[in-house]
Amino acid sequence: MTSTFRTTVRTNLAKPEVRANFYRAMDGLMTRRLDQFPDKAELERLRTQSMAIRANALSKLPELLETLEANLTRNGIQVHWAETTDQANQIVLSILQKHNAKSIIKGKSMVSEEMGLNHFLEALGIEALESDLGEFIIQLDHEAPSHIIMPAIHKNRIQIAKLFHEKFPDIPYTEDVDELTQMARRILRDKFYATTVGLSGVNFMVAETGTLCLVENEGNGRMSTTAPSVHIAVTGIEKVVESLSDVPPLLSILTRSATGQPITTYFNMISGPRKPGEKDGPEEVHLVLLDNGRSNIYSDPELLATLRCIRCGACINHCPVYVRIGGHSYGTVYPGPIGSILEPQKAGLDVHGELAQASTLCGACSEVCPVRIPIPSILNRLRYDGVRRDTANTNTVGSGKRRTLSEAATWKTWAWAATHPTIYHAGSSLATHFKGMLPTNLGAWTTVRSAPKLAESTLHQQVKNLGVDHE
Amino acid sequence: MPPIPDTIYFFGTCLVDLMYPQAGVSAMQLIQRAGVKVIFPPAQTCCGQPAWNSGYRDEARSVARAQIALFPKPIPIVIPSGSCAGMMKVHYPELFAGQPDEAQAVDVASRVYELTEFLVDVLHIELQDLGEPVTVAVHTSCSARREMGVADKIESLLGQLSNVQRVEHARKPECCGFGGTFAVKEPEISAAMVLDKVTHIRHAQPDRLISQECGCLLNISGTMEKQGDAIPHQHIAEFLWERTSMASTSLSQRTDRSLSEVEGNTTEGTP
Ligand code: SF4
Repeated sequence: MTSTFRTTVRTNLAKPEVRANFYRAMDGLMTRRLDQFPDKAELERLRTQSMAIRANALSKLPELLETLEANLTRNGIQVHWAETTDQANQIVLSILQKHNAKSIIKGKSMVSEEMGLNHFLEALGIEALESDLGEFIIQLDHEAPSHIIMPAIHKNRIQIAKLFHEKFPDIPYTEDVDELTQMARRILRDKFYATTVGLSGVNFMVAETGTLCLVENEGNGRMSTTAPSVHIAVTGIEKVVESLSDVPPLLSILTRSATGQPITTYFNMISGPRKPGEKDGPEEVHLVLLDNGRSNIYSDPELLATLRCIRCGACINHCPVYVRIGGHSYGTVYPGPIGSILEPQKAGLDVHGELAQASTLCGACSEVCPVRIPIPSILNRLRYDGVRRDTANTNTVGSGKRRTLSEAATWKTWAWAATHPTIYHAGSSLATHFKGMLPTNLGAWTTVRSAPKLAESTLHQQVKNLGVDHE
Repeated sequence: MPPIPDTIYFFGTCLVDLMYPQAGVSAMQLIQRAGVKVIFPPAQTCCGQPAWNSGYRDEARSVARAQIALFPKPIPIVIPSGSCAGMMKVHYPELFAGQPDEAQAVDVASRVYELTEFLVDVLHIELQDLGEPVTVAVHTSCSARREMGVADKIESLLGQLSNVQRVEHARKPECCGFGGTFAVKEPEISAAMVLDKVTHIRHAQPDRLISQECGCLLNISGTMEKQGDAIPHQHIAEFLWERTSMASTSLSQRTDRSLSEVEGNTTEGTP
């Protein structure tokens, strides 16, 4: 049976333009990241430090979340807890209803993608307008982000120019990136002031001070958190760190790993609503903390590392699979290596377990991950969970659901042969002996490759003439 | 720095056994020439990696357990493959965690060397190039590069050969798309990856392609062949042996002790 994933992969592989866009973009990002770390030793020190910060925060997650809530509340930020994306959407809706808001303006937020917030609101007649340039572009084209940092990375300049011209026919056609950006800015500026509610994501939440930190480049994040009178932040419960001093190293490695920037253009620290006498800022600030399967991941010591992620996207930029199939092929909110470990855990192995298979385990992702998430090990663990029989011993959703009788039987036979050397070697020497009779068409393998050629005789046979101890 | 051992175990890997036996033979000859005795336990089959990577841990463990029993002496185990070495060194301890034979698995893991790592770091092998000028492109396997961290060893070995010139290709550290069962399970993605790899290597126009991994060689060379215009390829062991012994063409040039050693090596009792 061909799955949706395989079908999409096939379709996207057959789009040379998309592939070229990704290949070019990723090459650039890899070089820019490398340029940011001229000193390898410094990079490794910073990775170790960042990993430790995130691991420390996760080791006391429940306690830090309590402190965070207490300090946010003290600062005047209203905290809401949502176990499911449904609950999170309802919370956002009730805030909008309270203010009679018919539209919201959004900064970039992957968690709102996870919630399917735009669709949820649109179904209720509420407009959700993306203000991040990339998100704005793909929203115009009714698409989902194809990357967690650069949502429109799959499009090139000319495609974007054509799209703008199609959607805004009154404005003259241009392929100039600066002009296109200005155009979007102008359109969005008016909206910022006309809208009462702004929504954004969060990069780090500081428990000690009750501060929400937001990293962004275009200034739109700043606008959506200050211009409207109500600001709603949505994020996953794992984004907490213990103290303010944890933030600088994480920020430094985040921007350098993500886009190869030494620092972002804007760094917002939100510590409460507008106080009397202050000139700007929202009058109300809300934080929606989403679980959506995270506490289940948290309960497994091996899988817990998944939650260290700071969403820099470096693993995606370096993934040889992602660069070829593109973000949309994954059919999930988070694509690439981080998506391949996170999505099967959130939705269940029966739903997205296939993503854990779509990796050569080459390790390029874990080699660059700023918080040293052992992505290949987690993929391997998820593959195991997918086919294991003792499902009582794991919490992973959908464990054992990928086990098929035929595959299990194949591995059983293989293991039997490989633990009976006489049979194994009889088989292999027989194969080399009659190699002329072996098929030259091996299905998938031989679509681009010629069939592997067996040697005249096996190493086992040849060793006998080599004077090594083989008896 | 580990001392040079008297004797080592050699684990040939299933791909070398069936497809590239010459790589195994050459590897053992290189080690013997350096005065080290080689034991090749005949009951060896496969390290268990295919099942491990597919999630079939029980099956992987039973196969791994059978291999562990073949290496009882406290001597190095040398493997002409980054991925099989990675399986034994990195993953055996994970696979046997909490099992009654965990200690043996950890002990075996601690003695594992990938071949080029062993030649450089333990044997400090010195090579004398007897071959004609040749240009080579190197493909280092992902396991050798990232899991074992030994990608530089193949380069330093080739660097010792005076008549060998290395040519670089684009996106060298990138995976060739083999990934064991990945090539079969995700054939379209794998094909896209290996076709790009082949293009990059061809652009560099090497006379030969060299790797320390037979899986990658199988994938890359099979693709080159099917697309026409295949570049000759070899496992690093076979290439090194050929360059430094010239056994078939110029035996008279040989000044080392290798021939007598290879032929005269005495056997000892079953380990
Ligand atoms: S897994 Fe690591 S590299 Fe990937 S997005 Fe998260 S932090 Fe970045």
